[in-house]
Amino acid sequence: MLSYAVRRLLEAIPTLLVIVALSFFLMHSAPGGPFDSERVLPPEIEANLKAAYNLDKPVWQQFLIYLGNALQGDFGPSFTYKDFTVSELIGTGFPVSIRLGLTAIILAVCIGCTLGVIAAMRQNTSTDYTVMGFSMVGITIPNFVMAPLLTLVFGIYLGWLPVAGWGGGAINHMILPVVALALPQIAIISRLTRGGMVEVLRSNFVRTAHAKGLPERLIIWRHTLRAALLPVVSYLGPAIAGLVTGSVVIEQIFGLPGIGRYFIQGAINRDYTLVMGTVITYGTLIVMMNLLVDLVYGLLDPRVRYD
Amino acid sequence: MTAVLEVRDLKVRFSTPDGEVSAVNGVSFDINEGECLGIVGESGSGKSQLFMAVMGLLARNGRTEGSAKYRGTELVGMPVKELNTYRGSKLAMIFQDSMTSLTPHLRIGKQMTEVLIQHKGMSEADARGKALDILELVRIPEAARRLNQYPHELSGGMRQRVMIAMSLLCEPDLLIADEPTTALDVTVQAQILELMADLKRVTRAAIVLITHELGTVAGLCDRVQVMYGGRFMETGDVRQIFYNPQHPYTNGLLSSMPRLTEDRREKLYAIPGQPPNLQRLPAGCPFQERCDFVHERCVAELPLLRPVTNAAGTGQMKACHLESLQHPVDDPSRASIPADAAPPVIRTSDARTA
Repeated sequence: MLSYAVRRLLEAIPTLLVIVALSFFLMHSAPGGPFDSERVLPPEIEANLKAAYNLDKPVWQQFLIYLGNALQGDFGPSFTYKDFTVSELIGTGFPVSIRLGLTAIILAVCIGCTLGVIAAMRQNTSTDYTVMGFSMVGITIPNFVMAPLLTLVFGIYLGWLPVAGWGGGAINHMILPVVALALPQIAIISRLTRGGMVEVLRSNFVRTAHAKGLPERLIIWRHTLRAALLPVVSYLGPAIAGLVTGSVVIEQIFGLPGIGRYFIQGAINRDYTLVMGTVITYGTLIVMMNLLVDLVYGLLDPRVRYD
Repeated sequence: MTAVLEVRDLKVRFSTPDGEVSAVNGVSFDINEGECLGIVGESGSGKSQLFMAVMGLLARNGRTEGSAKYRGTELVGMPVKELNTYRGSKLAMIFQDSMTSLTPHLRIGKQMTEVLIQHKGMSEADARGKALDILELVRIPEAARRLNQYPHELSGGMRQRVMIAMSLLCEPDLLIADEPTTALDVTVQAQILELMADLKRVTRAAIVLITHELGTVAGLCDRVQVMYGGRFMETGDVRQIFYNPQHPYTNGLLSSMPRLTEDRREKLYAIPGQPPNLQRLPAGCPFQERCDFVHERCVAELPLLRPVTNAAGTGQMKACHLESLQHPVDDPSRASIPADAAPPVIRTSDARTA
């Protein structure tokens, strides 16, 4: 398993290189540049600027320079946030996003799995329909509707929680954004769990477990859950990568200093280095999460072989 | 003789989107201590569902009517918690497909010890010792190593031995084997049957053998009940059924068995037609559409089980309006069966599993 993990990590290097190269060339082939603005710059200044950022060189040279720097851990200065390097921006924003995202996903897994198991055990009863009904609502309501609603109710009408701001990461500042992030995930995870459970509960080995006279609780925990959670695990890999890299909408609505906003702002401002920085962060996370999913699969199902 | 299980007018119904399916339509029988009962029938005859109902293992859309008593205690409608004190301890079941019937992510040892911990309150260590003993009883090679293996690491025959061992852990009174050899190679089938025959001698458990293979029944069972369309067509001791089948269906089943002595150029007999649609069973005899001897009464009136008139000895019953079924006396295939017992399909000796 260790050699498998090492091999997968080595395989990740070319994957990331392809991702980096593709996004670099695609971004540079898009019209416009970081210094295009409504106010036309004098040609000498623009030339100087471009020279300072190596933008006057052919794209392939720029790519090699960027790659060389990136490999040494230098992701360059941001074009928009002029006093900051990309590493600084991501370095300050990422912990915030990770904290929010991880809290949300842990909450979502706990509640989602519990609801899914309950719904599956009471299959086709009112409990099942209620849970699945709420989960459908959770999936369909977009977070730019849910987040303001939560703010309105708990921040303004009830006045229990702060409306926005990070507050240095205080718990009460985290509650609303975490809930807003977690709700759709709870919905999806509960549906996945229920689906997996319903299928496994029908399987022959669960019938054997009943024939052995084992109590329901033991059958669920020992015989059913592990097999039923496989679809949830596959979903969680990319979902975790998505959540910990922040949500633009949630960060905007609650005014949080995460890195989600950099994805959009970087692209809009043609902030080449910032876009590359976020792409590399996200790409690495996805690759790592997929590896983690495959390893967890092996823990859940002994039939999975690594070779 | 004391009955371990008394079943009276048991019915099993499934509600499906296409309507009600009547899988078992009122069967009554006893299973006595230490006896081996064969339940024979085609797929869809209700033979498995009958015992799923007894064990409380029907699918969600199924329901049971009638009565099934284990040593006088009613099992039908018993709350699951109470039923769980019987299942796996007094009544145990062996399932057909050992690959899917064992939990794939649990080690063999865990799947066995949990039964003992649940029913006998044993410690993990004691339970492991007992599990090891039973694995050795069912002649699993390197039993100690098997405890730490997962089902997929064992061969099909070995998995089925584990399945059997698991059912024996609490020394049940009644062992229900649902097609225990169907998913196995012929050679392995023979080994498992030999094992079952041994167990029949060693344990005092009554055994129910559910199967569609008459050969299996012949080698192992004392009594046979032939099922069709959710009803018993014919019941009797194994010799009565094999030598003097009095129901056209039983006769058809016996005639469709290939025989080594038969001329190979001759076409193997098959009962014409399909098993009945359990959603719309005909009014009269369920076998009427496929029977060579069908007459008006069969269509109009459901034949009930009644004693066979020309039986050798007592106890043979059939559900057929025919007075008696004549067998061609000079039929060489029938005459070729040795008189002591019907032959096993294959006999192996000194077989080993790697």
